[in-house]
Amino acid sequence: MEALSYAPPPPSPEAEALRTEVRAFMAAELAHRTPLARAESWTGFDPAFSRKMGERGWIGMTWPRPYGGHERSALERYVVLEEALAAGAPVSAHWIADRQSGPSILRHGSEAQKQSILPRIAAGQCFFCIGMSEPDSGSDLASVRTRATPVQGGYLVNGTKLWTSHAHHAHYMILFCRTGGAEGDRHAGTSQFLVDLSLPGIRIRPVLALTGEHHFNEVVFEDFFLPETALLGREGEGWSQVTGELAFERSGPERFLSSFQLLVELVRALGPEPSERGAIAIGRLTAHILTLRRLSRSVAGMLQNGENPALQAALVKDLGALLEQEIPEIARQLIAAEPTTQSTQDFSAVLAYTIMHAPSFSLRGGTREILRGMVARGLGLR
Amino acid sequence: MDDTARLLQSTATRLFQDHFPPAALAEAERGTWPAAAWAAVEEAGLHHAMVPEHGVAVPDALALLRVAGEHAVPLPLTETMLATWLLAGAGLPIPDGPLTVASGDVALVREGGGWRLAGLASRVPWGRHAAAVAVLAGGLVALAEKGGWTAEHGANMALEPRDDLRFDVVVDAVAPAGDGGLRAVGAAMRSLQIAGALLRVTAMTTRYAQDRVQFGRPIGKFQAIQQYIATMAAQTAAAVAAADLAAEAVADGVRVLPIAAAKARTGEAASLVAGLAHQVHGAIGFTYEHALHFSTKRLWSWRDEFGSEAEWNAVLGRHIAGAGAVRLWEELTAW
Repeated sequence: MEALSYAPPPPSPEAEALRTEVRAFMAAELAHRTPLARAESWTGFDPAFSRKMGERGWIGMTWPRPYGGHERSALERYVVLEEALAAGAPVSAHWIADRQSGPSILRHGSEAQKQSILPRIAAGQCFFCIGMSEPDSGSDLASVRTRATPVQGGYLVNGTKLWTSHAHHAHYMILFCRTGGAEGDRHAGTSQFLVDLSLPGIRIRPVLALTGEHHFNEVVFEDFFLPETALLGREGEGWSQVTGELAFERSGPERFLSSFQLLVELVRALGPEPSERGAIAIGRLTAHILTLRRLSRSVAGMLQNGENPALQAALVKDLGALLEQEIPEIARQLIAAEPTTQSTQDFSAVLAYTIMHAPSFSLRGGTREILRGMVARGLGLR
Repeated sequence: MDDTARLLQSTATRLFQDHFPPAALAEAERGTWPAAAWAAVEEAGLHHAMVPEHGVAVPDALALLRVAGEHAVPLPLTETMLATWLLAGAGLPIPDGPLTVASGDVALVREGGGWRLAGLASRVPWGRHAAAVAVLAGGLVALAEKGGWTAEHGANMALEPRDDLRFDVVVDAVAPAGDGGLRAVGAAMRSLQIAGALLRVTAMTTRYAQDRVQFGRPIGKFQAIQQYIATMAAQTAAAVAAADLAAEAVADGVRVLPIAAAKARTGEAASLVAGLAHQVHGAIGFTYEHALHFSTKRLWSWRDEFGSEAEWNAVLGRHIAGAGAVRLWEELTAW
């Protein structure tokens, strides 16, 4: 059971010094951001804000300097992420690029791709979306049907990607699709491509969430031409590349802070001398967050050491989603409210927002059941 | 962890493995004092790991309690370490032998050149086997030696002694208690024991799911079982992390709030994991003959000792509520 005992996060005075700076920046920049807007957390899209963070060196923090990075530690990066999330900063424009697309390009990209794209991501000016899921391929990612067929000078892509958050705003998609492989070998013959979304021939259609919000999209490729230079990494190596990408940051602070603004509003609503029930509930949620933060930062330390803590990251995400989904259920039992996002009462508005988004917490980034299956495999049961 | 700490851990692990197979745990439940095991503990110096002069870092000393919890060790290792901590903090001498700590309806009153210690301390862990007891009364610590009390036997669900000690004796080793809460340090220690027991229970359950064959395959091949065990693993990892936070908090001047979080979180994990473990083990895990109960009875007992989840969550929650919403994030990142 060594996998269940994580080394403590390494002490990081530089990270704590950075925290003061980031906290002050967030306080100043977001002084007038409403609680409801803060509750959007990392799904709030704001190119101007992303650019400001880029200017401060807070995107691509751990990347090599020659590619626009800042060669800072994983724990320093962690501080920036958690301070942004706690403040409800609108970081979604650069979030995917920073978290996984950039690291994927760093790992698998050609020199030309790295030089061309990474500095722009780090500057907070280049945004990415993820082209993995399809209408018929969600948890079963290996069953994708989108295909890139080799033609003169490149590939012709046909197929449909689904979910692709912010595809309507992004500059690039990292597309995961079939390029060959024998019938019946699902993992072989897949590849990844850097798709410039400004090229003609891509149809992007909004897919509204149950709240009516537009984050998700359906992206249709019909005989869409991709030049050879768009290939990311090695042809046929898509599966191992994509599973590596998925392991990034399953354990990050966004995996347990999605309901944080509601917790803030709950503490505010209960006041300085809550009932015994209220105190116990707040204490319990606090104990859970402290524990998750400890686990999450330990994983950051492991990533810093070049380890691949896939099992540990899955555990953190599983625990985090449980906590995030519990918070609205606990909040409404303590404070009587008829939640609606139209309310002028912050608690009611944030509660409604969180309730309606809660189902997604255990679906996005790997469903609960799949993550638990991964853990079971890691323990030797599958 | 440095080499000294690693050596201490491996010594403890081997010692507990050698001395406490299931048969020995059953023997302890029948009331036999594991004299040979305690002698080995004393020889290895494990029971004095918290004594400052022994030069073991506090978190490393406390880590031994996780190992003890993992092996369901029926000895007052925690209690002796707690007593040495209390006695050292008061500048009192530390006697040999198994020790424990008592508090309750007890008073220390000046009498002649010494103090009369009188009253009743309930459910003192391992009281009947203690060579001496560190008694906390009204901000003072007194050292009472064997003979200074009468014991009425009691036990927790794991049949670990929890004895009512009635004191009526004149003692001379009395001093003001040092800073830091006894209940908090005890809670931190139980958190570590719980974390160890959780590691053991999750490992046993995983092994069982791999070995037990039904419907032509190991039951671990069924998704329902896999999902249960994955849940157990997550709760165990959380508990281990929380207990580590508690150990660091004890080392750092006994910071109460992380300890509160740890005792609450480990208690909650204990509840979930014990239930799932028995569910996966099926009927055989419900028998005395199968060793699972030695660990689950401890989980069910320890989660309510030195403060339950409700008690410590209330402590933590009142603090957070008092700090207020604007300072919530600051509080969460302060420790």
